[in-house]
Amino acid sequence: MTDASSARPGGAMVEFDGVGLRYGPDAEVLSDISFNLQPGSFYFLTGASGAGKTSLLKMLYLAQRPSRGIVRLFGEDLVAMPRHRLPGFRRRIGVVFQDFRLIPHLSARDNIALPLRIAGVSEEDLSGPVGEMLSWIGLGDRADARPATLSGGEQQRVAIARAVIARPQLLVADEPTGNVDPEMAMRLLGLFEALNRLGTTVVVATHDIHLISRIENAQMMRLEKGRLSDPTGALRYPPANRA
Amino acid sequence: MIIPRVPVQHRRLLPDRRLSGPTPWVIAILMMLTLLAAAAGVGLARSANAIGAAIAGRVTVQIVTANPVTRAEQAAALRRAAAAQPFVLSARSVEPEELQATLGQWFGAAEGDDPVLKSLPLPALVDIDFVGEDRTDPMRQLEALVAREAPGARIIPHAEWLGPVARLIRSLAWIAGGMVVLMTLASAAVVIMTARAALATHFPTIEMLHMIGATDRQITRLFQRRIAIDTAYGIALGTVVAAAILLLIGLQWSGVTAGLAATASLGPAGWALLLALPLLAIALAALTARQTLLAALKKIL
Ligand SMILES: Nc1ncnc2c1ncn2[C@@H]1O[C@H](COP(=O)(O)OP(=O)(O)OP(=O)(O)O)[C@@H](O)[C@H]1O
Ligand SMILES: [Mg+2]
Repeated sequence: MTDASSARPGGAMVEFDGVGLRYGPDAEVLSDISFNLQPGSFYFLTGASGAGKTSLLKMLYLAQRPSRGIVRLFGEDLVAMPRHRLPGFRRRIGVVFQDFRLIPHLSARDNIALPLRIAGVSEEDLSGPVGEMLSWIGLGDRADARPATLSGGEQQRVAIARAVIARPQLLVADEPTGNVDPEMAMRLLGLFEALNRLGTTVVVATHDIHLISRIENAQMMRLEKGRLSDPTGALRYPPANRA
Repeated sequence: MIIPRVPVQHRRLLPDRRLSGPTPWVIAILMMLTLLAAAAGVGLARSANAIGAAIAGRVTVQIVTANPVTRAEQAAALRRAAAAQPFVLSARSVEPEELQATLGQWFGAAEGDDPVLKSLPLPALVDIDFVGEDRTDPMRQLEALVAREAPGARIIPHAEWLGPVARLIRSLAWIAGGMVVLMTLASAAVVIMTARAALATHFPTIEMLHMIGATDRQITRLFQRRIAIDTAYGIALGTVVAAAILLLIGLQWSGVTAGLAATASLGPAGWALLLALPLLAIALAALTARQTLLAALKKIL
């Protein structure tokens, strides 16, 4: 597999060009979406409820193909990509769902280990990182607990641990702090920031304006009724380095 | 391939509830009925063939000349002349004692020393087997021979009166075969429904697995393994019950009449088919499950 970010130095990790999305025959919920995400950057995606944040992220983490326009990920065109090549790309993306989506009959440890197991990492090789991750999120002593027996915040931490365990190049989080108190929200955001410093591109969708001000150098993307506005000018398309 | 190897840690992705649903039991019943129908089909087809082969080229010449001495002489002469013909495989006079014994069963005096029976004017019978199964040409030649050696005698082809019986048995064999096919289709339908139900039940897990980069193959193997094991239990159970029933019937059958029992046995090929059916069924179930799952997964991005 070609790693496009290295194949094309300075290239964007994600490129959306004139993307539109409609569900069924209804009007478009997203229109004329164009932006670039640079490797190693931190992005916030804001917008009112129903503006289309989740819909945009779904295209980003390959759960949804656009109805029109061009989507390129790691330099490859996703619209024309055959289905069987998608898993390889998904393994390079970590996703935190707003509703966690933990597998209910698996322990916290097994939920976190899932991406590594799917990627074929051996049990010896994954037990170390999974154990470390469990203690890092403060759940070392709840490793064998089922999600239903964990508190909301604990579940959220497990969901985030699962999203980052395989060291994704792109981390997508849909309102990851929606269900926790402000203090926990800040701690989780610190976790994303730490990952971002290690080189992961991070996209966080949130309503929480206070959160955004806490991250230095974060870029803003704002959705209004299905259209993207660009308050910081970071998403200019075509990007400055290609103009 | 049939029961895919799935790492132990991956198996836990499906909650472990073996033999939970009705599937293994429905499969067991269908398998049992399939095997019984197959056994009936094989047995009937074999006896139809055996009867057909035995009667196709056989005729009996019935000599009814009034004078018993002439009658015996004609029978002996016909037997000798027939045996010398190139189109005759064998010719045999039916002994009067044999006839009396047979009739004795009807008259209730099996020993054959019944005076009434002894006084009956019995015809002389000559059984003739033709070479090959085609009767038309040998029949014409035999008719000429009979006209010369035993004028007025009747020629009775066995196929004429046993033929309909053989045909009836053969039809029954085809019906049994049809039932095997129908029940195989029903079993496949059960497996398809089971696979679809499993997909529906575990859809959130499947979606999650997809999102973290699981391939269709990985997900399919997980479900295929579970369904293959469940149906294998059902098939094994159905096979054991069917085998018990067949053995019981076989024992009773051999006690009925030695002659018929020999023709109705299943034979090595029949037993091989019955043994192969459960294995084929497991393979068919696994394949059906696999195709159903792959088709369903293709609908998710
Ligand atoms: N699967 C779907 N089928 C049809 N319409 C949908 C579907 N998902 C979302 N929509 C519609 O698309 C629009 C955008 O929804 P989306 O979930 O992307 O908004 P959002 O910005 O994430 O909102 P929130 O902040 O409440 O999560 C909404 O009008 C919604 O009704
Ligand atoms: Mg949303």
